[in-house]
Amino acid sequence: MTLLDTKDAVIASELPTNEPSPEQILRRRIFGHVGFMIGAVIILTIVVLALLAPYISPHDPYDQVLSRKLIPPIWFDSPKATWDHPLGTDQLGRDYLSRLLWGARISLLIGFSAMLISGVIGTLLGVMAGYFGGRVDMVINFIITTRLSMPVVLVALAVVSLIGSSLTVVIWVLGLLIWDRFAVVMRSATQQVRALDFVAAAEALGCSTSRILATEILPNVANHLIVVATLEMAHAILLEAALSFLGLGVQPPEPSWGLMISEAKGLMFFDGWLIAIPGAALFMLVLAINLLGDGMRDVTAPENRN
Amino acid sequence: MVAYLIKRLGIAVLVALTVSLITFSMIYLSGDPAMALAGETATEADIRSIRQFYGYDQPILVQYLNWLWSALQGDFGQSHYLKKPVAEVIFERLPTTMLLGACALTFALVLSIPLGVLAAIRPNSLIDRAALTIAVVGQAMPSFWFALTMMLWFGIYWRLLPITGTNSWANFVMPAIALGYYITPGVMRLTRAGMLEVLQSDYVRTARAKGLRPVTVLFKHALRNAIIPVVSLAAVQFGFMLGGSIVIETIFAINGLGFLAWESIQRADLPMMQAIVLVLSIFYIVLTFLADVLNAWLDPRIRVA
Repeated sequence: MTLLDTKDAVIASELPTNEPSPEQILRRRIFGHVGFMIGAVIILTIVVLALLAPYISPHDPYDQVLSRKLIPPIWFDSPKATWDHPLGTDQLGRDYLSRLLWGARISLLIGFSAMLISGVIGTLLGVMAGYFGGRVDMVINFIITTRLSMPVVLVALAVVSLIGSSLTVVIWVLGLLIWDRFAVVMRSATQQVRALDFVAAAEALGCSTSRILATEILPNVANHLIVVATLEMAHAILLEAALSFLGLGVQPPEPSWGLMISEAKGLMFFDGWLIAIPGAALFMLVLAINLLGDGMRDVTAPENRN
Repeated sequence: MVAYLIKRLGIAVLVALTVSLITFSMIYLSGDPAMALAGETATEADIRSIRQFYGYDQPILVQYLNWLWSALQGDFGQSHYLKKPVAEVIFERLPTTMLLGACALTFALVLSIPLGVLAAIRPNSLIDRAALTIAVVGQAMPSFWFALTMMLWFGIYWRLLPITGTNSWANFVMPAIALGYYITPGVMRLTRAGMLEVLQSDYVRTARAKGLRPVTVLFKHALRNAIIPVVSLAAVQFGFMLGGSIVIETIFAINGLGFLAWESIQRADLPMMQAIVLVLSIFYIVLTFLADVLNAWLDPRIRVA
């Protein structure tokens, strides 16, 4: 009937004469996705600037020149503004641009390392729960529920204050706390893949469990893994900034964006740009990572949108 | 239903016990708690007497069971700094945080549910795009920076709202927005997805075919069903917000549980820290339990699981 006819028409219309290869389709999707491209460009810029910080920052980020403190950025109509300090200087006379560039390194380092740690823990738990099911699933589900019921910021603050804060401590504390989304997503993704025929075929062939997990399951849940990884990196960066803002993350005189906001807090009513600049940097970085993550989800699995 | 409830309750109790164990062992992270309490100038005798006074000389398991037994009776010990019972201080501060959480949740729901519904009625329209943009931008904004920026504009430049304290309702406007905006994207997306699904269902088509007014179909038939998962998400997010209010309360100097937690961390007030973490965790466990019960009551299919 008509339904059949329209279906045929749709199928026919979707069969072009020379079909693009899967790679071409993927490339077209990536370059056609505005959010993905914006995110990728911003992140690339920030990563390059962070890597080049030792060479391109105009001043030493730790260098205090008290006679040149609180110089406003150049776009301010002030006689003090100078191209020597394009973004001005802070309350201790340290060049704001240099601190911003070096701060990017800290944000990226903490975000990436914490994401790696939590990714390993979460993926391990999630894949095991999804693959083995039954009792293993029950126990891991219990662990996830327990972790979720503890408030992250509060526990992180308490633990950091008890151990003493340093870059390494912050990375480990965040990494050990934020694996929950990895575990939840990996668990359901593995459950779906596990039910497919090729896994049953591998089992029938007598493949070892570790081989099945490594070559059959992991590659097929990798796209979900990458999406969660980007989102969790953004999460870790925001948490680090919040911890540093509360004085229990990265310690002075290190240039962390959260710490810069915290140090400028007392002066923000007179010099609002002191908190606006690092805040905007933080916002741009997290926005870019989130755009990239959302874009990745759309590109790898467009059928799952919404 | 009863079997499901009992199973779910059992898990909740087990989770609560595990959380209490983790919370309790937190004090040993810094090494010897007695030494930490005594300070650097303490003599060996001082440390020994402190250890005896607080019971740190007993086996850890005994200490935990004692602590748990008192906690179950509402006794969390004495605050090391305030020299008052911990439970008393917590109950003084809890209502403020609850009020802040309720305001933040109200703000989030009032903003996100209508936006989600509008976005679902016209998918890919301007409103849908705008809602999505708000969601993406909102999630990238560090809450403390957002709070400070609001303070600067609404409090200092325009002088519309008071910036700190809890004297009037106006004091809660900015903190509630700062705390609540973070959960709006999730609620909005879930509302939108739920509405999209329900609007395509057969009974909505039937209702429309009967000639009911579009508004009636939308609110009486569609939204009622689409909102079910949103209710449980809101309950869970409320728990998250109470835990996250530490940053906001510290910025706006709101004398709630979060601010108390920050003060206690600064003062190394261990019993207080333990109790706050435990209370907030239990709160979250109770909320998720209630959300599950509500879901099972509304949707019989869940009860089998």
